[in-house]
Amino acid sequence: MTPAEIGATHAPGHAPHGDRAHAHAEEYQPVFTGAARAELDALLTRYPTRMAALLPALWIVQRERGWVSEGAMTEVAHVLELTPAYVKGVVTFYTMYHQHPVGRYFVQVCTTSPCGACGAEDVVRAFLEHTGTRELGVTSPDGKFTVIEVECLGACGFATPVMVNDEFHESVTADRVQDILSKLE
Amino acid sequence: MGFPHKSHPRETPVLSTHFGDSEARSLSGWRARGGYRALEQALGMTPAEIVNVVKDSGLRGRGGAGFPTGLKWSFMKPGDGKPHYLCCNADESEPGTFKDREIMRWTPHALIEGCAIASHAIGAETCYIYIRGEFTEPLQTVGAALDEAYRDGILGKSAMGTGKRIDIYIHKGAGAYICGEETALMNSIEGRRGNPRIKPPFPAVAGLFGQPTTINNVETLAAVPPILTNGAEWYKAMSLSNPKSTGTKLFSVCGNIARPGNYEVTMGFPFREFLHDICGGARPGHTLKAVIPGGSSVPIQTMQEADATLMDYEGFVANGSMLGSGGVIVFDDSVCMVRMIGRLARFYAHESCAQCTQCREGTAWVTKILERMENGGGTTRDLDTLLELSENMTGKTICVLSDSCAAPVVSGIQKFRHEFEAHINGKRCPMRSAAAA
Repeated sequence: MTPAEIGATHAPGHAPHGDRAHAHAEEYQPVFTGAARAELDALLTRYPTRMAALLPALWIVQRERGWVSEGAMTEVAHVLELTPAYVKGVVTFYTMYHQHPVGRYFVQVCTTSPCGACGAEDVVRAFLEHTGTRELGVTSPDGKFTVIEVECLGACGFATPVMVNDEFHESVTADRVQDILSKLE
Repeated sequence: MGFPHKSHPRETPVLSTHFGDSEARSLSGWRARGGYRALEQALGMTPAEIVNVVKDSGLRGRGGAGFPTGLKWSFMKPGDGKPHYLCCNADESEPGTFKDREIMRWTPHALIEGCAIASHAIGAETCYIYIRGEFTEPLQTVGAALDEAYRDGILGKSAMGTGKRIDIYIHKGAGAYICGEETALMNSIEGRRGNPRIKPPFPAVAGLFGQPTTINNVETLAAVPPILTNGAEWYKAMSLSNPKSTGTKLFSVCGNIARPGNYEVTMGFPFREFLHDICGGARPGHTLKAVIPGGSSVPIQTMQEADATLMDYEGFVANGSMLGSGGVIVFDDSVCMVRMIGRLARFYAHESCAQCTQCREGTAWVTKILERMENGGGTTRDLDTLLELSENMTGKTICVLSDSCAAPVVSGIQKFRHEFEAHINGKRCPMRSAAAA
């Protein structure tokens, strides 16, 4: 977390408005300006409450920033008229919102029982080895990869399913891992 | 069709007719295949007339509970002056289940048409399709199909020019199995943590945003258009066993089986023939050992039980399990049941929302004990402890997540006790040592 974001957490209500005169690289830059704000405003018309736009708003943050920082939670709270603590409570409930930066390629390998019965552990090992991350949840030194085990991806007949960011790979076996990785920049 | 395989002659494709046919994804392709005729017909009927057809068809919820769909819809009272909501549960996360994903990938308009008909039948102007966040492709295909339906005037302020407002929106989940539980799903749409709610009040009384709400599974809603087009009698006639289970059902088959995939058969189809003829049976050199027939939350069947089962709601219950979501997980002689059940317990421990003590603590302790046993540290007393924990996890919590964790544990110990005892007595996993040798 950057110092600016820590400050933002402690000063809800002010955080989303950066002081342009004193802006520097580490200062929190709001997400919901311009097109992103228009997108959120359009989403708000779909629900009878502002709170209901919370999950979609967090998705926009993650798309724009790659993760959901405490500063972003404060901004979302401000925009949707919630408290930062409430937003954090929701963010921490759901596994797909990253609460810290992750690698440029976020690899999720399903290891729940049906895939576990079909060799998912070998697939995980191959990803850890070939990405150089070695440990689950750890980002590789070049910032390129993070590999995690994930619970059921809902594609059990295509064991082992693997998600690389938004791309879904079916029927992955350990010997296909290098091929999948070689296609990534 | 048994996607990704060619349709087997013994299947009865209704929902899966166009799986693998990419032209069926577009509005023009869907129309060319008879799409949206059922909606047009429905919009000319009264809500009560539609509810009666669905009641007569015998359609029951395909998400797991098997509640009669028409009866569920009849709890809604159109014209009571309140906003009504329809939620489509597309949070498919039950281990072993991947049928809704295929419906959304190949026939997104079938789902949209079903949602629109159901909305009219329950007096809802707004429907949310709750799609799990990991389903990137279904999110894209359903999203594109909705855009087309809006552009064409099928949805919106005046659905198909009838003056009736039907809006359908996607709400994208963010990673939480429990949001497939209907009250947790509603909380998640409202922008809350996905904690299940205490019932009553039931959703039809006070559901989404406190208003009357119906929640239906993807497969249930996709079955509605063909029922309206072909009639309740046509649907009811598709039953090989008993009149309480009608129509066709998609079964997702995974694990240790020759041909995993989705297969659609008439209710009451013999399970033994399904596994061996349609799915190809065991892989060469292996024999089948156990089946979890309805997603991971139902009791495990021995092959003897599975062989005696007729595939319908009652048939699975009569043979020690439940139809559930229709997610068939097959295990052969290459897997260790203690490890598989322990891994399932870990799934439930991970997915517990943690608001009920029995679930939060129970799923964690069951996992710890099973993993210790798998690693050679089990004791005879552990089996009693596991059963006692499972007893405390059954029927005592707000939702059935902890019951779902207990089901494979209890049935596993009952039916495969020798494998547990082999771990305890040998102080190691016999399968693992065999693999290492």
